[in-house]
Amino acid sequence: MSRHFVAELGELKSTIIRMGSMAEQAIAESIRALLERDPELARRVIDEDESINRYEVIVDDQVVDLLALQQPVAVDLRFILAAQKINNDLERIGDHAVNIAESALQYSGRPPLTRPGEIPEMAGISKTMLREAIDAFIHSNTALAREVLRTDDEIDNLNRRTVEGMAELIRTDTQIIYQALDLIRVSRNLERVADLATNIAEEVIFMAEAHNVKHNVERREPQQGPT
Amino acid sequence: MTTIEQRNATVTPTAVRSPEVPESRQAGSPAVKMSALGINAFFGKTQALKNVSIDILTNRVLAIIGPSGCGKSTFLRCLNRMHEVAGGTMTGTILLDGQKIGSEDPVLLRRRVGMVFQKPNPFPTMSIFDNVAAGLRLNGFQNRRALAEIVERSLRQAALWDEVKDSLGKSGASLSGGQQQRLCIARTIAVSPDVVLMDEPASALDPLSTAKIEELIYELKNRFTITIVTHNMQQAARVSDFTAFFYLGELIEYDQTKKMFTSPDKKQTEDYITGRFG
Repeated sequence: MSRHFVAELGELKSTIIRMGSMAEQAIAESIRALLERDPELARRVIDEDESINRYEVIVDDQVVDLLALQQPVAVDLRFILAAQKINNDLERIGDHAVNIAESALQYSGRPPLTRPGEIPEMAGISKTMLREAIDAFIHSNTALAREVLRTDDEIDNLNRRTVEGMAELIRTDTQIIYQALDLIRVSRNLERVADLATNIAEEVIFMAEAHNVKHNVERREPQQGPT
Repeated sequence: MTTIEQRNATVTPTAVRSPEVPESRQAGSPAVKMSALGINAFFGKTQALKNVSIDILTNRVLAIIGPSGCGKSTFLRCLNRMHEVAGGTMTGTILLDGQKIGSEDPVLLRRRVGMVFQKPNPFPTMSIFDNVAAGLRLNGFQNRRALAEIVERSLRQAALWDEVKDSLGKSGASLSGGQQQRLCIARTIAVSPDVVLMDEPASALDPLSTAKIEELIYELKNRFTITIVTHNMQQAARVSDFTAFFYLGELIEYDQTKKMFTSPDKKQTEDYITGRFG
């Protein structure tokens, strides 16, 4: 394999890592803007989404160049295909951070709820899943990627509990309906962030092991060798 | 330096198919090293090239692709007047650093525009050292110490030094095919040419040797301007900055390699690179 091909693969990986770090930061700041009722920070998250979008276009370009000019095969091909999908996932995570920041802006202008449901816990788990999925990509760590897959159910449960909790609050106090809807929206966005982190983890497994574990088409757990 | 439009006005304007915004016209871009203007080449009454015009940029790799008989090797041979050696004739103008070529001693021209052929052709009776030194000696170079330095430098640049440094006295023919081709590249670059022409330099080699030659081409473009003819489109995509597609003696399309292999302007180009004909 030629040195410049290796260098170009390294460049693609670096771009994805930079983009991943920006997406992580966007999610963390959007949640902080919500919980600390900081409209300034929420606006910054919304403005900075443009940078993530620009990175998406850069990665698209790099992928097209590598596919068209280098004819990658085997692990290199899987890496590039995974990078392209992770690129889309990270861009979508940036959009969810914007959605959360927009909810934070609205929420900050209203009297706060005394109980914000499971949002803080969901935020913590989603951020961890995203960080671990990106770390798994950086180090081709499929054990860590499988940890991310296993965590997804927790987020789904927390999202359900948040929606139920907010519905209950609305039933008892119609004055807080808008705040509750803001938090339901945040909860749904965090649940989507976790789904996208799961997608990234699945791509890492495909990249490293050539197994497609999406939708449980292949077993998610490592397969045993012949005994 | 005159612009492409100015030169076209004196040649045949409709025949020029340079990139729409060639790199040579962009700020800070490399200069044009060679230009072919309205080239027609013949073997007897058979016309092999029809009104081909193209700029070759300094320190860039130009790949010429096209099906057999499209004129790509003939075009390469026009660039250092080897077409004449094969009994052909040519009309049109070739410029090297803006100066018209055609009336000078062909040996001197080939010192500036070297060539590597499809089949490795080391001088069989000469040692590895003498193979590399041959061109320099032909040009009257006598200083033995300087000669040894240039031979070593050329072999290093050709990524062959480490493999032959202990056997410089052995026959060039004793090397493997891939090594022989790198020896020929070392021999070509030993005389410090401006341009290196390569006519399918890896088509007779195994995949590993091919990869070494491709890597070498990528490295050598820092020092030389390279034009390569290849049947292997993947190779053209991997090693070149610009690609020209020839068909039936005509230059169909010429653009940056990335553009040619992702969104060529001409349907003929797309059909060829996607394997629909040729």
